Amino acid sequence: MSRALTFLAAAVLALPLFSAAHAGEVAKPAIKIENPGTQCVAPADEMRRNHMEMLKHQRDRTLRLGERGAKVTLNGCIECHASKTNGAVTGGKDNFCEACHAYAAVKLDCFDCHQPKAGYKAAAATKPSGEHE
Amino acid sequence: MDYAASRSAQTKFYLLAGLGALVSAIGVGAALYMEHHGHAVTGMNNQVVWGLPHVFAIFLVVAASGVLNVASIGSVFGKTVYKTRGMLAGLLCFAMLAAGLVVILLDLGRADRIMVAATHVNLTSVFGWNMILYPGMFGIVVVYLWTLMEKRMYPFSKPAGFAAFIWRLLLTTGTGSIFGFLVARQAYQSAVIAPMFIIMSFAWGMAVFMIVQKAMYLWNGMSLHPQIRARLKNLLAVFVGAVFYFVAVYHLTNAYFAKQVEFERFILLDGGIFPLLFWGGWLFVGTILPLILIFAPGLANKAGSVTLASLLVIVGAFCQLYVFIIGGEVFPLDIFPGMTASSSFFDGRIDQYSPSLPEFLLGMGGIGIAFTMVVVGVRVLKFLPEDNIAKLEAAGALAD
Amino acid sequence: MNAPDNKRRALLAAAGAGAVAIAPGIHLIQASLADEAGTKLASSKVRWGMLIDTTKCTSDCKECVSACNAENGIVEEVADPRQRSQWIRKIDLVEKRTGRQHSLPMMCQHCANPPCVDVCPTGASFKRADGIVLVDRHICIGCRYCMMACPYKARSFVHEPLTTQNPEMPRGIGCVEACTFCVQRIDRGQKPACQEACPQGAIVFGDLNDDNSDIAKRLKEVASTQVRAELKLDTGVRYQGI
Repeated sequence: MSRALTFLAAAVLALPLFSAAHAGEVAKPAIKIENPGTQCVAPADEMRRNHMEMLKHQRDRTLRLGERGAKVTLNGCIECHASKTNGAVTGGKDNFCEACHAYAAVKLDCFDCHQPKAGYKAAAATKPSGEHE
Repeated sequence: MDYAASRSAQTKFYLLAGLGALVSAIGVGAALYMEHHGHAVTGMNNQVVWGLPHVFAIFLVVAASGVLNVASIGSVFGKTVYKTRGMLAGLLCFAMLAAGLVVILLDLGRADRIMVAATHVNLTSVFGWNMILYPGMFGIVVVYLWTLMEKRMYPFSKPAGFAAFIWRLLLTTGTGSIFGFLVARQAYQSAVIAPMFIIMSFAWGMAVFMIVQKAMYLWNGMSLHPQIRARLKNLLAVFVGAVFYFVAVYHLTNAYFAKQVEFERFILLDGGIFPLLFWGGWLFVGTILPLILIFAPGLANKAGSVTLASLLVIVGAFCQLYVFIIGGEVFPLDIFPGMTASSSFFDGRIDQYSPSLPEFLLGMGGIGIAFTMVVVGVRVLKFLPEDNIAKLEAAGALAD
Repeated sequence: MNAPDNKRRALLAAAGAGAVAIAPGIHLIQASLADEAGTKLASSKVRWGMLIDTTKCTSDCKECVSACNAENGIVEEVADPRQRSQWIRKIDLVEKRTGRQHSLPMMCQHCANPPCVDVCPTGASFKRADGIVLVDRHICIGCRYCMMACPYKARSFVHEPLTTQNPEMPRGIGCVEACTFCVQRIDRGQKPACQEACPQGAIVFGDLNDDNSDIAKRLKEVASTQVRAELKLDTGVRYQGI
């Protein structure tokens, strides 16, 4: 029993060796930073790990408590990270959000509702919908 | 059974199960189509927000709760004839409940958020309560089946049966209250809807049970003892009569209120398809014909008359649900009493709802799921109701 | 059990020290997030409401509807008009007995006892502290129960994928939506788009709890009603001249 445990412990401890050996062989996602030299709301490492928690926390404060102008806002992210090609954070492999999410295979739920284009204004006043009878 | 018969039975089983799986898969495919393109591809709109899938789903969920009645009469009320039927009833309950839930969940605007629905529960909402009642029902049915099917657990079948009985009363009251608690539309907003759903569940569940039992007996070359058949069909008739009573009370009360008269006239007289389905579908085909088939001296003992009556009860059930759900939705909300309203949002107008193909396929997919689960279940485990006639007669259980 | 177990004590001490070391860090992170609140939060001291003078409405004027569509990015092209979103609509009324006609805008009434909030299974339909009834589209599952429950048919369901959302007002496929009193504008101290667009000044928005607000003063002077008042929903929107 103790021999099995020793073997298991050795295997677990040896894992880092394997990952280190392969670290250089795994392709990283090709993220395009549109405004290099500027600073995000937190360091890149922290953003990568925690942006989902930050956004989730803030969304409830904005929606339920009515807090505006907080440090973390989705529109703030979009304004800075929108691609210069199509003006949005989704729509292609080069777009900021989509590139990393496609790499990590995590579904982007935000942009079914949120406008992915920076500074977007809908077309001018539309006709009221439906026929009046 | 000899080898050839066994092989032929195996082939038939695979064909049936395969057919069920195919219908289920088509239903799921229809749901994916609706989710991808949005509900624009359906006939539902901002006035008729629940359509054909909900008619199917509510039938399945209500019948699921009611079919367990057959088991309750055995375990809770101690009627021996029903005891051997409890297991099949449990399987049918589980299968139809699962099927109904799948149809409802797949029709959601954001079906990918089922985990959100499970983890965020608003307890003032009947739907929210359903998030607790439905999974609970699954658990209780599984435990109940276990107590029925495993010999050493049998002593626990009475408490398990009692728990199942109470839980499904809560569940079906909840289903009826989904509508009963709504103050907005003229069809709903009534306390009688919850007990009406309870009674409907008894009738529809009994009808489904009779059909499935008959199919199993045909497959196995068995037949129902005439006295047992008589008891079961009489019970079905009692339930069908009780449904008639509740529907009559509901409509009579509605018609008494001046503010409801216009709505009742629409449903019962000039609403086009709705009076047709009500009088012709639910009352004639779904209530009067089955009662004739069950009681008329010349027909009552004819082979297949009770099965036909059960099928007609189910047809009547669908008609009734269509009138209740969709008829209740197409009728305009009475926002400004005493005035005729018109707007670009179709106020003041009776809406025209035409079910679309994806909706129908999704509803049928639910039937397919229930069917497949039952076919596989009865093949794999011993659900067949077998009556030991000698024992029953000795115990006096068959005496009238 | 007799001699003290030093190894165990050491482990417990290390665990305790570790927890004590980490706890302030966790607490500080929470505190720093709370500190970010620079703006005023919605408060229950305020109750937003609207008074609509229907004597000023005419049947052919739909400025409020156009303004709402423009502000909230409602540009749907769904073929079936019954599937299109309408946050505000003009209703033309004819009194059955007298034939008297008039017109009024109808939108979410922002009830104090909203049936839509009661029936929402996930709590996505909610009432903010200042009385605005909103849909939290992050947890809306699109069941449409709130649409069955609303006595004013105020809510719409999005039947198709959208691309023209206003960044300030996210809305999307499969979720339910309704008038928000232009919450994105009023949180900035502005007025709802419908009020600004109305050429007759028929719409007055304000704080019902503030005795000095325009709307509170007007409500003291003129006779106003709630639509479907017998339901006792205590609506935030009041009408004059029905």
